[in-house]
Amino acid sequence: MVQALGHTTIVIVRDLGRTGWFLLYSLYMIVRSPGSLVHVLKQIRFIGTKSLFVIVLTAAFTGMVLGLQGFYTLTKFGSEGMLGTAVALSLIRELGPVLTALMVTGRAGSAITAEIGIMRITEQIDALETMALDPFKYLVTPKFIAAMISLPLLCAIFDVIGIYGGWLVGVKLLGVNPGAYFYEMENSVVWRDVYSGFVKSFSFGLIIAWIGCYKGYYAGHGAEGVSKATTESVVLTSVIILVWDYFLTSVLL
Amino acid sequence: MIRMRNVHKSFGAQKVLDGLDLDIPAGKITAIIGPSGEGKSVLLKHLIGLLQPDSGTVEVDGESIVDLRRSELNRIREKFGMLFQNVALFDSMTVFENVAFPLEEKTSLSKEKIRGKVLLALEDVGLKNIEHKFPDELSGGMKKRVGLARAVVLNPKIILFDEPTTGLDPIIKRAIHQLIKETHAKFGFTAVIVTHEIPDIFDVAQNVAMLFRGKILQHGTPDDIINSTDPAIRQFISGSLDGPIQMV
Repeated sequence: MVQALGHTTIVIVRDLGRTGWFLLYSLYMIVRSPGSLVHVLKQIRFIGTKSLFVIVLTAAFTGMVLGLQGFYTLTKFGSEGMLGTAVALSLIRELGPVLTALMVTGRAGSAITAEIGIMRITEQIDALETMALDPFKYLVTPKFIAAMISLPLLCAIFDVIGIYGGWLVGVKLLGVNPGAYFYEMENSVVWRDVYSGFVKSFSFGLIIAWIGCYKGYYAGHGAEGVSKATTESVVLTSVIILVWDYFLTSVLL
Repeated sequence: MIRMRNVHKSFGAQKVLDGLDLDIPAGKITAIIGPSGEGKSVLLKHLIGLLQPDSGTVEVDGESIVDLRRSELNRIREKFGMLFQNVALFDSMTVFENVAFPLEEKTSLSKEKIRGKVLLALEDVGLKNIEHKFPDELSGGMKKRVGLARAVVLNPKIILFDEPTTGLDPIIKRAIHQLIKETHAKFGFTAVIVTHEIPDIFDVAQNVAMLFRGKILQHGTPDDIINSTDPAIRQFISGSLDGPIQMV
């Protein structure tokens, strides 16, 4: 039993060290050798542009639900005029960055792991290494850069669509004063709220690329290894995003 | 010249290389033969630093490649080309892009020159008008030939072949062996072929080394191996079920 415990501890410490090294080396490579612009643009298209539909859809319904729930709660205090503020602050500070990150994790994070994992098990990564080329330059850094650019932009779109989703339900369906909806929002939302949302999105982009690439790069053997890596990647990324969100919120509040 | 001395490598409790010594002469074709699962591919990956030994030394042209920094290892890897067992073509690139990739990344040649070199390399391996195809549209033999074109396109000093004919029919197999001989005669590289194609490989290789139980059992000319009195080598060449080599 002591031996098993020791072995497990060694494996955990080794994996943590390797994960940390992977992040540091990726950041180093972004500075030293960021890869070609074409590779980065391709990844922005994949992580960003192709996530647009799902982000718009999620944002619209999140905003609409916030409109409904917010109206229900605020009516109890006779403050339904504050609905715009409630919807906007919830979205900009919290739901926009987190839900955008979770949706991108499901759509692009899993695909990043699967793509790199398949390249690993079919020796394509080894082939790059035998050509004296650093695989990070081609496979990892473009995804990091693309994710860190795409997430804040997707989050901004999420926020805007969400706010109009809340407006649709609050103003058009439930009869909240349209002027009050936007006026109160303008008065309450300050630059610090927007800034904190963008900081969160940026760091979530980093987490998605980090875990997605790492899990694929060290995928196990065969189709089962890639499938396991993909599942672990989505679960771990989602958990880290939520935990990191708490710490970041406590700092940025 | 590649030299391995007292190389040990284990994966968990499984000992794969056990004090292996091997000299691979420059400019010749050396075949490494041995039963499946004996660590031939592991040996090959040590030569180019894809795997590091637990102990022992691996030297390429007098320089140790063990525990080198990535940049130093890459400098030595510039001498190598490699044809993988599963070819390892980049599956999201066309045949042309696959062969052009090393040229684009490692040279400053113009697009026209790269195009010319790629088409010539493909022609050298007997392929025409397939440059726009993707790897999954090709047969096994064609993939191997594209892999060979990619391996030779930078004119490396050393080319490693990991089971280049596995899974191919006898005619394609012979064609690939012939192709290796012809490209070797044309470019004069050092070739290391991991294979269990007996007896075909004796017509291709100038040196043959038999790997068994983590060590080189015998290393010599094809005739030395064919006339060996070692029971494991005799059993391997004859394909007999009786002898020191046990089926796992």
